[in-house]
Amino acid sequence: MITLQHYLVLSAIVFSLGVAGVLLRRNALVILMSVELMLNAANLALLGFARQLGDTTGQSLALFVMTVAAAEAAVGLALVLALFRGRGTVNVDEVRSLRG
Amino acid sequence: MSNLVSFGYIVPELLLGAMAVILFLLSAMRRRNLLRKTIFPGLAILGLMAALSVLVNRTSGGIFGGDPGCISGCSLFFGLLATDPLADFFRILVISATTICVLISIGSPALPKGRTGEYHGLLLVMCLGMCLLSAANHLLMVYVAMETVSLCSYLLTGWDARKCRSREAGMKYVLFGGVASGVMLFGMSLFYGLFGDLSFQGLHLALQGSGALSGAMGQWAATLSVVFMFAGFGYKIAATPFHMWCPDVYEGAPTPFTALLSVGPKAVGMALILRFFYSIFLFPGSMETVIGASGQIPWLLLIGIVSAVTMTLGNLAALVQNNVKRLLAYSSIAHAGYILMGVTAGGQEGFEAVSLYMAVYLIMNMGAFAVVSLVEKASGSEELQVFRGLGKRAPLVALVMTIFLISLAGLPPTAGFIGKLYLFAALLERGGFWFLMLALVGVTNSVVSLYFYARVLKSMYMEKADTDLPTIPIRNPAAVTATALSFATLFLGLFWQPLATAARWSATLFH
Repeated sequence: MITLQHYLVLSAIVFSLGVAGVLLRRNALVILMSVELMLNAANLALLGFARQLGDTTGQSLALFVMTVAAAEAAVGLALVLALFRGRGTVNVDEVRSLRG
Repeated sequence: MSNLVSFGYIVPELLLGAMAVILFLLSAMRRRNLLRKTIFPGLAILGLMAALSVLVNRTSGGIFGGDPGCISGCSLFFGLLATDPLADFFRILVISATTICVLISIGSPALPKGRTGEYHGLLLVMCLGMCLLSAANHLLMVYVAMETVSLCSYLLTGWDARKCRSREAGMKYVLFGGVASGVMLFGMSLFYGLFGDLSFQGLHLALQGSGALSGAMGQWAATLSVVFMFAGFGYKIAATPFHMWCPDVYEGAPTPFTALLSVGPKAVGMALILRFFYSIFLFPGSMETVIGASGQIPWLLLIGIVSAVTMTLGNLAALVQNNVKRLLAYSSIAHAGYILMGVTAGGQEGFEAVSLYMAVYLIMNMGAFAVVSLVEKASGSEELQVFRGLGKRAPLVALVMTIFLISLAGLPPTAGFIGKLYLFAALLERGGFWFLMLALVGVTNSVVSLYFYARVLKSMYMEKADTDLPTIPIRNPAAVTATALSFATLFLGLFWQPLATAARWSATLFH
């Protein structure tokens, strides 16, 4: 029997993986993928809660999140591609013309 | 309110969306360049003015007046949106800000010539998103509207694909923004799990029972989810510790767009924070008494600390900047801190102060960026060196910039002084030791901020230019806009009563 706890633990693990990826990896593409992980973790928690509460609002939010995440990935990839064309790198540590 | 009736209240948004579609379609057609140069800004301004006039007409009870029983606020689309004076005030602000942005974009070299149609279309979509966000009354709507604003601003930040700086800023913005929205969404999912609803009214009802949060575990989970959601809100208004993107993005983005970016998202972020905290956690009608379980979530403390830290960090970092765009970026972070003082104060006075300061901040900050855009256009850079001797080369531009800087520093007789006065008055009105301490931090910060605004003044008037820097043409829309904004800054510094009346009207929240 899969309970709410299982959903939440999995969601917390996926979210932590996403945060770790954002903090530790330096490749812009991998960071974008980690952001997707974070969004999916939130989706998982939403769906788990929606099932437990017997309420569909959480599920509808999860649907919207998936759509918006696709749009965000498109915009993010376009910007990373533009950067790669100019610099030949997608490493965020090597991109540093803006400094305070 | 049912869907069909609700449509009558989002006519401004519908107009903006329709005009954006027209702009995208027109720019897909291949036509002569001559036509393109003037038609796109013209159409964008037409759409914005139509939206603005419908909005102003409704708020003053004209033909778009809607249901008279809805003066103090109604929910639209079964609770997704709310229409109330707060939403209308901030919608008027962001539509005006977008109009100013279109005006100072005309002829800016930072924008590629071939893509004017898409640029204006995206500006209108961003304005649409900001309008929706200032009326969002449901966490689903908050997320969708916030992403609409974010996606457009990522693209417009990286718009000048010829420049490394612009591309780099776009990428940094999309990475930081993605992380912030991910964290916010995770917070929303926890909040949903704890209280079983996403609409603000439903959450309000769920929180009313004092037993809604059972035990220390529930309290921790609720606090954590509020902190996570605040990460998303704080990222929009560039509050510490979610401000890291701000200087890089402001510096890299095309300057006319930076002007909008520094004002629009910040304004709607403030509206969202006011609406979220004050309509969920407080008794309807009262602006100070918290309901049942929300007393266990230290949200007011959170906002107060963020406010103090934000203004201190912003001002200290601005002291050492040599790029004027970057300096203004840090100054805008500090201003987010000042405005959060009003949010902390809450109550009628706090709401009024936030609305008033936001309007004043819009005028002076967009004006300052308009001047930076002019200088950048003439001399190709926005470092502090190119401002040297501006008082001799271009007396009018230097004078206009002086007015904006004095206003940003909060000195009389400018609008910035009135704005700060209302913020501090709201805090003092609230009383209490910690509120007074916050006011003290605010005053200290205002004094510190004098130094870096004065540095720009010194550069303009006291220092001689190294080389022969060009003069600055003033017969263009951007210069005229900047001058008009400087008049508004001075005028509102002397006759602020109309704005104060509007701000008082805006301090009504739908419950």
